[in-house]
Amino acid sequence: MLITRKVEFSASHVCRNSRLTDEENRALFGPAANPHGHGHNYMLEVTVEGAPDPVTGMVLDLKLLKEILNRVVVEPYDHRFLNREVPPFDHVIPTPENIAIDIWNRLQPHLNGARGRLHAVRIYETPDLFVDYFGGAA
Amino acid sequence: MIRVTRKYRFSASHRLHVAALSDAENRELYGKCNNPFGHGHNYEIAVSVRGPLDSRSGRAVDIELLDGLVRRQVLEPFEHRNLNEEVEAFRGAAPTSENLGREILRRLKQNWRAAFPADGPQLEKVSIAETSRNAFEVAAHEIE
Repeated sequence: MLITRKVEFSASHVCRNSRLTDEENRALFGPAANPHGHGHNYMLEVTVEGAPDPVTGMVLDLKLLKEILNRVVVEPYDHRFLNREVPPFDHVIPTPENIAIDIWNRLQPHLNGARGRLHAVRIYETPDLFVDYFGGAA
Repeated sequence: MIRVTRKYRFSASHRLHVAALSDAENRELYGKCNNPFGHGHNYEIAVSVRGPLDSRSGRAVDIELLDGLVRRQVLEPFEHRNLNEEVEAFRGAAPTSENLGREILRRLKQNWRAAFPADGPQLEKVSIAETSRNAFEVAAHEIE
């Protein structure tokens, strides 16, 4: 059984490869390369897989999932400039692909047991663009 | 594996009517959608792409290339058109969401190699919603 919970956070970022020139970055990323950064309202959907507990009828306690999402993702990400304040984005470009991978890496140690295993991370950068990551090689 | 999905919208009119059935059978089968003058929808499509992360950009797909391909192959030919009258594929087939999804996928698939590098992203699926209450999904491997 799959269970999905949504949370939102807002953050700023700049998409820029430090090994490239300003001109190359503008050509590669367009307005997202603006060095001062820009922001998004990100929507995160986290899907957990597991079988319902025979006594409680629940795969995992949603209060616990909410607490994990808030502590592990929302608190460090929300209202931050990702490149400057949230590792690994001091050296990893905070594209939605890399944000999905980082959120997976943060959540996976907390969602790997009998209470449900992390199945998918979906991150919406805007309502019209989202990325899915299921773990493993990117 | 990384999958990137991008949504697009267009508005178009259509009429569901097939020559193989009588007028009465068409009315019975398609109901309001068989109204002879046609009717319109605000369509929303979602194009899903999977690919390896490019180490230079940290992205699995260049969104500008994808937007350009979808704009040329789908949005420009479909936007504010009568699908039955103005899109060749629907002269002989009813523009149901099923057929529209397949036609969109076929157009993207046929022009994919010209738009993206050989080691770039793969087209995975197209989903199409005629209204907010239904959705149809076609996987790339389901069509030629």
